[in-house]
Amino acid sequence: MNPVAFFRSLSMTSKLGVAFAVILLLIMVTPIFAEVPKPHIPTAKGDQCVEETEFMRRNHMDLLKHKRDLTMRNGIRTKKHSLHSCLDCHAVFDKQQKVVSIKDDRHFCNSCHVYASVSIDCFDCHSSTPIAKDKNSGI
Amino acid sequence: MKNVVYQEIEGKSQIYIKFFIGLAITLTVGLLSAYYMEHNGHIVTGMNNQIVWGLPHVFAIFLIVAASGALNIASIASVFGKTSYKPLAPLSGLLAISLLLGGLTILVLDLGRPDRLIVAMTNYNFKSIFAWNIILYNGFLVIVAAYLWMMMEKRFNKYSHHVGLVAFVWRLILTTGTGSIFGFLVAREAYDAAVLAPMFIVMSFSFGLAIFILVLYGAYHWTGRPIGNYTIRKLKNLLGVFVAGVVLLVMIFHITNLYAAEHGSVEEFMLSGSGYAVLFWLFQILLGSVLPLIFFYHPNFCCQIKYTLYGAGLVILGGMTQVYIIVIGGQAFPLQLFPEYDVISSSFFDGQIASYTPTLPELLLGIGGVSLAGLIVLIAVKILKFLPNSLADKDINPHYKAVE
Amino acid sequence: MTQAKDLSDNSRRKFIGIAAGVAGSALIAPGVFLNQVKAKTDSDAVTNKVRWGMLIDTNKCQKGCDDCVNACAKENGWAHETGPEEVKVQWIRKLDLKNKSTGREVSLPVMCQHCENPPCVDVCPTGASFKRDDGIVLVDKHTCIGCRYCMMACPYKARSFVHSPVENHDDYMPRGMGVVESCTFCVHLVDKDKSPACVTSCKENALTFGDLNDKQSDISKRVAKEASRQIRADLRTNPGVRYQGV
Repeated sequence: MNPVAFFRSLSMTSKLGVAFAVILLLIMVTPIFAEVPKPHIPTAKGDQCVEETEFMRRNHMDLLKHKRDLTMRNGIRTKKHSLHSCLDCHAVFDKQQKVVSIKDDRHFCNSCHVYASVSIDCFDCHSSTPIAKDKNSGI
Repeated sequence: MKNVVYQEIEGKSQIYIKFFIGLAITLTVGLLSAYYMEHNGHIVTGMNNQIVWGLPHVFAIFLIVAASGALNIASIASVFGKTSYKPLAPLSGLLAISLLLGGLTILVLDLGRPDRLIVAMTNYNFKSIFAWNIILYNGFLVIVAAYLWMMMEKRFNKYSHHVGLVAFVWRLILTTGTGSIFGFLVAREAYDAAVLAPMFIVMSFSFGLAIFILVLYGAYHWTGRPIGNYTIRKLKNLLGVFVAGVVLLVMIFHITNLYAAEHGSVEEFMLSGSGYAVLFWLFQILLGSVLPLIFFYHPNFCCQIKYTLYGAGLVILGGMTQVYIIVIGGQAFPLQLFPEYDVISSSFFDGQIASYTPTLPELLLGIGGVSLAGLIVLIAVKILKFLPNSLADKDINPHYKAVE
Repeated sequence: MTQAKDLSDNSRRKFIGIAAGVAGSALIAPGVFLNQVKAKTDSDAVTNKVRWGMLIDTNKCQKGCDDCVNACAKENGWAHETGPEEVKVQWIRKLDLKNKSTGREVSLPVMCQHCENPPCVDVCPTGASFKRDDGIVLVDKHTCIGCRYCMMACPYKARSFVHSPVENHDDYMPRGMGVVESCTFCVHLVDKDKSPACVTSCKENALTFGDLNDKQSDISKRVAKEASRQIRADLRTNPGVRYQGV
């Protein structure tokens, strides 16, 4: 039976259902045609990151997760994959030379994460800016 | 007993539609409250650093305890072989699943970080009774689903005894686990008692059956299906036994505590020296236990269905009060860090009776959980064959003699 | 204390440096530096060879003084808490007590007791509440789901739940809404061979912090000689914090 005849043979409710589903699908594919600019990833301090860029793009979440457990559970506080070091090199500054926080879309983490629409909750707790040198702390 | 015929309800009556829409609204409102609490933080609730578990936990624990008890009827049928309870078994299983889902939903939505539920499901500290409870609750859902399947598909009926036995044992372990949440807390004087585990088991029998009676009667009354006195009376008598059982265990708990000088002040607080004492004597004991027992057994009331229903409703009221006293009252009594000293001042309310005022979002979340349970039941009895066509005496009572 | 770079004057400068350092430490506050036998480096994992503990001499504690509370709040980023008192976070608090029989008054701070058998660790469903090998009890805020069961279980009411969003995140003490927290013995300082903020801030030197496993440490010598007790010792949690004079 050809599709048109099949459609005609359906009940009214089913016809409405099929029409609704088709319209919904059409609406859902429209973002394909949107022009979303590729993210601008700010350049960081120094010559290169502690790891290769491609490696970091794929694995930074695992590095962070592993390091956080080492620090949290074992008290290991080496600098190499620590969040403090990442924030220090990858700090982004606005026109007034003030460092931007996670609330700003220009923040290094946001530049990819907003584009990829992957929410992160690190900065619900962690500070998103480098350590303030003038903080009156014991360290 | 004739062959019982199970059939879906039509589900098109005014009452059904009103219930459905009403519960859908309260469920939505509950979910919105949960979002509001999660987004703004628990500061919008009445819970604080002194009373850390509040009204949502009261609802959740009541529903979870009742869920395990609601399966009792099916257990009596499958495990203990009482054939006159068999027609009630599928509804019993359904109610167990829906009440548990309602309670768990409230619990999860009240977490400080509900987005981390997946963390809770994948990281287990097996010394924690909470971690065990997560496994027990999810296992319960799977086992009862399998149990229902055995009961409702004819060729598997021969297995319903075995799966029913597993469900029965699992349920006892689960309720022991729920009671142990409090029983294992050595720090708090109102808890730290082994008797809390069996007390929760008998509480589950009582609350679950009370809800079962009301749901059963409502389903038959509003669909116009016949339900006879035989069934109601059997359930009523059983509920009376459970209510008396709870009173017995509560008495044992308090009398044991009163005997020890160590617990003198917390007992005085719970039984005579606070608003919780009023709740205990008036709502838990008088209205929630004594009055239902009178309604169930006194010759003036025992044969009238409406008093059975009132009694079941009062048992639920008394049960909610009991859980409220356990959860909130137990936290309100201060920790005794320095028993020989009075606390003159502390910025963290040491030594003071903590106060708690429930707020609207908490209440709405609790009601949302109840609505979820109700909606699941409403939808299930419409699309699957949970309810027998007739529970009239002539169809159910094995000793029925046509007198007329 | 800088290292002398000039080799020819090395030994003389070293002598003067050490003498000055000893005099300086004695003047500032004893125990500012932990003087461990072998200080932990950043790449070392903590071990159970060390057990951190605190000794609180309540005879030296003044009623009305809350320097330790303020120092903790500033160091760990909870000084700016707003809201009703019942909801505010308290890592350390001062209690003023009066003996029911004798009428004697005493003032003391209470914080997480860093128990050897912590009830909070037992009850945590995800294992977020845990005890480090060196005895410090912590909340891993990455895995904490905010169920508050540890708060129900703690006999010392040491834990607090964060009820509202945290605005100014501290560089060294991450904290956020929806998870539970408590005194960490300033673990970020201890790992750098420094003392907790409360200890350093006490003008009366009422707080002594150190390694209970090191028989030569100040705290070990004192608890071996002087009377001290634990709060709720009957519960057998074996806290690392000991009190004198109460």
